[in-house]
Amino acid sequence: MAQKRVLMKGNEVIAEAAIRAGCRNYFGYPITPQTEVMHYMAKKMVQIGGNFVQAESEVAAINMVYGAASAGFRVMTSSSSPGISLKQEGISYIAGAELPAVVVNIVRAGPGLGGILPAQGDYFQATKGGGHGDYRNIVIAPASVQELYELTVEAFNLADKYRNLVMILGDGTLGQMMEPVAFRDEEPVETYDKPWACNGRGYNADGKLTREHNTVTSIYIDPDVLEVKNRELQDKYEIIKKNEVRYEAFGLEDAEIVITAFSTCSRISKNVIRQAAEMGIKVGMIRPITLWPFPEDIIRETAARSNVKAFLDVELNAGQMIEDVKLAVNGQKPVYFHGRLGGNLPTQKEILDKIVAIHEGGKV
Amino acid sequence: MAQVTFNEDLCKGCGLCVNACPKGILQLDKERLNTKGYHPISCTDQSQCIGCTQCALTCPDCVITVER
Amino acid sequence: MAIVFEKTEGLTGKPFHYCPGCTHGIVHRMIAESMVEMGILGSTVGVASVGCSYNSYEYFNCDMVQAAHGRAPAVATGIKRNLKDKMVFTYQGDGDLASIGCAEIIHAAARGEKICVFFINNAVYGMTSGQMAPTTLLGQVTTTSPFGRDASYQGYPINVAELLSNLTGAAYVERVTMTDTKNIVNAKKAIQKAFKVQEAGLGFAFVEFLSTCPTNWGKAPLDAMEWLKEKMLPQYPLGCFKGGDLTVAQLDEIIASKKAEEVKA
Repeated sequence: MAQKRVLMKGNEVIAEAAIRAGCRNYFGYPITPQTEVMHYMAKKMVQIGGNFVQAESEVAAINMVYGAASAGFRVMTSSSSPGISLKQEGISYIAGAELPAVVVNIVRAGPGLGGILPAQGDYFQATKGGGHGDYRNIVIAPASVQELYELTVEAFNLADKYRNLVMILGDGTLGQMMEPVAFRDEEPVETYDKPWACNGRGYNADGKLTREHNTVTSIYIDPDVLEVKNRELQDKYEIIKKNEVRYEAFGLEDAEIVITAFSTCSRISKNVIRQAAEMGIKVGMIRPITLWPFPEDIIRETAARSNVKAFLDVELNAGQMIEDVKLAVNGQKPVYFHGRLGGNLPTQKEILDKIVAIHEGGKV
Repeated sequence: MAQVTFNEDLCKGCGLCVNACPKGILQLDKERLNTKGYHPISCTDQSQCIGCTQCALTCPDCVITVER
Repeated sequence: MAIVFEKTEGLTGKPFHYCPGCTHGIVHRMIAESMVEMGILGSTVGVASVGCSYNSYEYFNCDMVQAAHGRAPAVATGIKRNLKDKMVFTYQGDGDLASIGCAEIIHAAARGEKICVFFINNAVYGMTSGQMAPTTLLGQVTTTSPFGRDASYQGYPINVAELLSNLTGAAYVERVTMTDTKNIVNAKKAIQKAFKVQEAGLGFAFVEFLSTCPTNWGKAPLDAMEWLKEKMLPQYPLGCFKGGDLTVAQLDEIIASKKAEEVKA
């Protein structure tokens, strides 16, 4: 039975969710528009005896995450686009050392110092890997404050389950908005044994060391050893692709046009879908919740449906997820695009105009 | 009485121990090469060894064991 | 006869990859022996950095975490904050600590992180074949100061020990060397004192080891020792820059009383 609903800001819900997930480590650095995550942690994490450090930089913060994770503890950091860029090397190391960690990116407009308003321009960085080497982050894109809560708790389970970094990709809107949240009495925290952790093994009764020494590393000088290590990573990513795809989809069975959008853009598009229906235009939606692993199957199957004429991809960038949509559609149907930049959000009218243009077969 | 023994194949012929030995009884054996291809350390007169361990303290590769 | 000196259990036994006469090997031995002698081998987590000693995670027989270049103090922070009753140390070279990792080391010290940092200063980047480091001496020729380090162009060497000793969070800062047995014995004392400062919870402990790099200095091991004494010592005076007043007896007392409290709690 869910508790009573609490009106809370997205950024704060992320912090509360992490604590509810048993995370007792937060290492952060100030950057708009996600600093409230850190403010919340600065107070509550200390109150409950957890570890909070405002690091000297995002680079230091991600490496503190690396340390806590290598000792076997749940740990999180959060930042926004420029800060996440600084963390990319650390993220690649975390992937190479197969350490569980949760990194939150409340995306803002870029590139460079860009702006502080919401955007989705970090999609490529998050899903294709912003750091060096062949690795994948599990990337989750919540679309509501309630989802920020539930999916952040889930992120810690996934991180431990697969010894993989999980990134929560929000944006300025989501982080700054307030919505009612229904907290659960009991959190579905999964615990995983970490025999690999570097936690100072200690001595047993007869003074003998309890185990061989553990090492956490991402360097393997011997190419054959490193290739095997890389193959193992790729095998793991295949398992994650098989098991952990999440998406929301509706209206596909009779849709003429299908919108693909995540997070904030999916919220705006849902209103457009209602308006289009009133105009007699059937529009469906596929909302990826995991941006990686990407829901390619449902998109491919939907593209094969005779009732589906075209896709419209809506994003807060110059067109990034659209590439994955096109890969999944694989040329079966046209994929149109509507994007806004600079921190602006698309209006419902802009999207509806595109829908009407597609419906009427005009120039889009 | 004291004695030094060497794990010869770890020796890199750096010579630091030769310099550290107060009795000057350590020399690189120019006649032989170890598996790494270095002239390994050897003791020219064990009877002089006083087991002071200075050679072992300065060895960067844990080659030397000292008994007394 | 009894064995009075043998290889320590604090090392895994994997042969060192270091160059002949490189003092990394001596420092490894002393740290490893100290962990065994202090009974903390099983309760220590070390953090290896990037440089010649990147592989130290395979040499030290305690749990070891390999950190990105320059970030070992941050990684150690993440570990120690969680393992408050364990010992945590980093092992870093001068390129790693004084160049790319300068922010991390200063802030770890400023925060008074209860960790030990063992800093190998050999005035060059060793692993990447002898580039200029922040600790390269004026006039010293390296692959990136081929005409000798020129202050007007490449600035001045950084005295890390003195720099960190100005930070309140730093409880113990000493600079030692391994040029002869007396200094080696003294260096090991500094290592053990650093571990005791950590165990006593007094704050950040730091030992700088003036080291040789025969290969990149282009000198035989013994000549390198002479060059260190002649050239490096004037720039980097040995001694204790912070916490010199702390005696081992005092530290042991603090540790004992801390343990007593823990037993009571």
